[in-house]
Amino acid sequence: MSGNRSIRITGSLLLTVAIVALVGPWASPYDYATTNLENILAAPSLRDMHLFGTDDLGRDLFVRTMLGIRVTLLVAIVASLVSLVIGVTYGALAGFVGGRVDAAMMRLVDTLYALPFIFFVILLMVAFERNFLLIFVAIGAINWLDMARIVRGQTLSLREREFVEAARLTGVSTLRIVFRHIAPNLVGIVVVYVTLTIPQAILVESFLSYLGLGVQEPQTSLGALVDAGVKHMEGAPWVLLVPASLLALTLLCFNFLGDGLRDLFDARHTS
Amino acid sequence: MSLLDVQGLTIRYGEEAVVDGVDLYIERGESVGLVGESGSGKTQSALAILGLLPKHALISGSIEFDGQQILGASDAVLNTLRARRIGVVFQDPMQALNPYLRIGTQLRQIPLAHGLANKKDVDARVIEMLASVGLPDPERQSRAYPHELSGGMRQRVVLASALIAEPDLLIADEPTTALDVTVQAQILDLLEDLRDNTALLLITHDLGIIAGYCEHTVVLDGGRLVEQGPTTSVFAAPGHAHTRQLLAAAPRVDRGEVPVAAKGSTILSVGDAEVQYRDLTAVRGVSFSLRRGETVAIVGESGSGKSSLVRAMLGLVPMSSGRVVYAGAPLDETVERRAKSARRDLQLVFQDPASALNPQMRVLAIVEEPLRVHEPQLGATERRQRVVAMLDDVGLGEKYLRRFPHELSGGQAQRVAIARALILAPKVLVCDEALAALDGSVRKQVLEMLRSVQEDTGLSIVFISHDLAVVRSISHRVLVMYLGRLVEAADAKTLFASPRHPYTRALLDSIPVPDPVVRPKRAPLRGEVPSPVNPPAGCVFHPRCARAGDGCNSKAPVLRDIAGTRVACHYPES
Repeated sequence: MSGNRSIRITGSLLLTVAIVALVGPWASPYDYATTNLENILAAPSLRDMHLFGTDDLGRDLFVRTMLGIRVTLLVAIVASLVSLVIGVTYGALAGFVGGRVDAAMMRLVDTLYALPFIFFVILLMVAFERNFLLIFVAIGAINWLDMARIVRGQTLSLREREFVEAARLTGVSTLRIVFRHIAPNLVGIVVVYVTLTIPQAILVESFLSYLGLGVQEPQTSLGALVDAGVKHMEGAPWVLLVPASLLALTLLCFNFLGDGLRDLFDARHTS
Repeated sequence: MSLLDVQGLTIRYGEEAVVDGVDLYIERGESVGLVGESGSGKTQSALAILGLLPKHALISGSIEFDGQQILGASDAVLNTLRARRIGVVFQDPMQALNPYLRIGTQLRQIPLAHGLANKKDVDARVIEMLASVGLPDPERQSRAYPHELSGGMRQRVVLASALIAEPDLLIADEPTTALDVTVQAQILDLLEDLRDNTALLLITHDLGIIAGYCEHTVVLDGGRLVEQGPTTSVFAAPGHAHTRQLLAAAPRVDRGEVPVAAKGSTILSVGDAEVQYRDLTAVRGVSFSLRRGETVAIVGESGSGKSSLVRAMLGLVPMSSGRVVYAGAPLDETVERRAKSARRDLQLVFQDPASALNPQMRVLAIVEEPLRVHEPQLGATERRQRVVAMLDDVGLGEKYLRRFPHELSGGQAQRVAIARALILAPKVLVCDEALAALDGSVRKQVLEMLRSVQEDTGLSIVFISHDLAVVRSISHRVLVMYLGRLVEAADAKTLFASPRHPYTRALLDSIPVPDPVVRPKRAPLRGEVPSPVNPPAGCVFHPRCARAGDGCNSKAPVLRDIAGTRVACHYPES
């Protein structure tokens, strides 16, 4: 599949999912928190407007799934932005300044890599009140290391490129070199990498939620829904299948989007 | 029946035909040269003969090898043909060898796979083959990995692997393009010596190689065959305009006008320059000066330090000692600390335009950037006018303004790079192998453009090149460097007429002359350029020098003046 087509298809799919997740709940007569113990684990049906059925507390699964998608996407995007901001600044600084500063900064990254981060996140979750913000920050704090390394490597090689030498020779200021010659050539790789870290963040969030360390009831996320669904997988498979397949679809879309963007940027550099 | 009989070969990718109706015959034992500029379809034709084109290539016509149809043949058939009956040498030996296998291991696979030797005596065969391609100590070298060998030695190994099965046809696609000229001469000698009854299809852009080593010449242009015939008659009486154009653009090292030395005052001088990278001394004690309106060429093979020297001169790499004086005033060693006016006056054009232009900027932005820095008072329209005028001067029109570098051909991109360097009307232009990546006809145009700019503005040019033939047509003076040292410096006229240093002589003799009447000389130098990390004692050139005598291996020669030539040699030619 060519880069452009894969971007168009996966991009519009993701957009559709996001819009439905935003608008869908309004169209439903139910809300995400109201329980109805008389109608638990109902099968999907159009008649009583439980499109995806109900869960083990009788809450409408459609509304809850839409909420889960919102939360999951929000967590993933915010976490990726956190890693983007820290990673790009850190990596570009290390790469451009170079020398000892670079060596020191990158040894710090190496050290942080050596720490078992998931374990730390779990500790954080246990130690502090479980709240949304902490999850964003924690996941972003894991992902920025990769971003920093990639950006630093790219900056290092860009700094040695001949067009940068030509600019130095002419007397272009360092600031202008960074913004006109280095930064634009980083955009491609950073955009691609962000689209690839989003699914990573989604997975981490799902993993934490699955362990019961993620978002708190009655709030929910796709990971938490899958966790809940597993318990009733035999009697009411839809409770698992619906959020699980949406999670898979979202991950797949982001991965394809990242691949497509990479092809797009590569083509511009090489063809 | 011809050994190879290609008829009406047409290769298409989608709508575009890269090869269009090519007929080609090779008799047994004959050597055929296939010549053309980039995009002429010469490599595509060779890949078709080998059955190596990608699956989506649409191929029509007929390719018969010894009566066997190659187009549409099964992989099994092709595999027996390749290596057993058709040997191949490509341009880059590093890509042709498996980096994870010892050389001996790779070579022995060929005779074993084709049943030409049994396990017992295959090793002896491999070592014999490696010895015949001139690998020193073949028994030990057969246990080496490709990365442990130099580029020239690697290409010898590839040649050994192509010839070990004693094929009927050897296809060599630009086999020496990646090598230094003195090593190129050695490899070409080997090709000539080892071929015996093997027919040769030699693909190259270099008419000098064709003239020296091929009996038959085939000229391609834009995928079409425009001329073919015996080499002597094609060169003596070219029948097609394109052939005449190629011949006119091929520089000759052995004859032609040499520019007369310019008489201007000194504008730039470098004194005792030394450039050190960790434990490697790239440049050692080089001094030279440049006059107004003069072109000085710096010539040498890889590792000679010519690029390091000019980069240090421009302040892009630090000089460990030495000084640069521009217009009477010393310059700081790093470019960032130099006066703005000096930075404006010294400009550089790089070898590879693809990496010298920012891929994210359009031509307009690239060429106008120096103006933004040095003439900030200009408005956008004025800048644009200046850029358009500059592009006109380098032979590009206004329509290129909005293009990105990847939308330009190599020649166009190099003109953009030259436009960027010239837009501030600098006093000194440094061209670092700036023409090496260009086709002959484009190179000629760019050379003429530089010459006319020089006549109009009195520009001084430092012209770095490994190719003395190109240097001959443009330089007033020539400096020859070897392993970071200046070994000879003279007026171009003097240097080409009577080189004093044996290395200069060897460089001149190594360059193939595009004239079949001039028989190619045997490779004048043995071995390759030693590593600059660990240079030979005494005169660094002595291990490869035919004139080396007493004292050459212990005492380093200093530059001395002999009839207007500065030469560093104990036994210079008189």
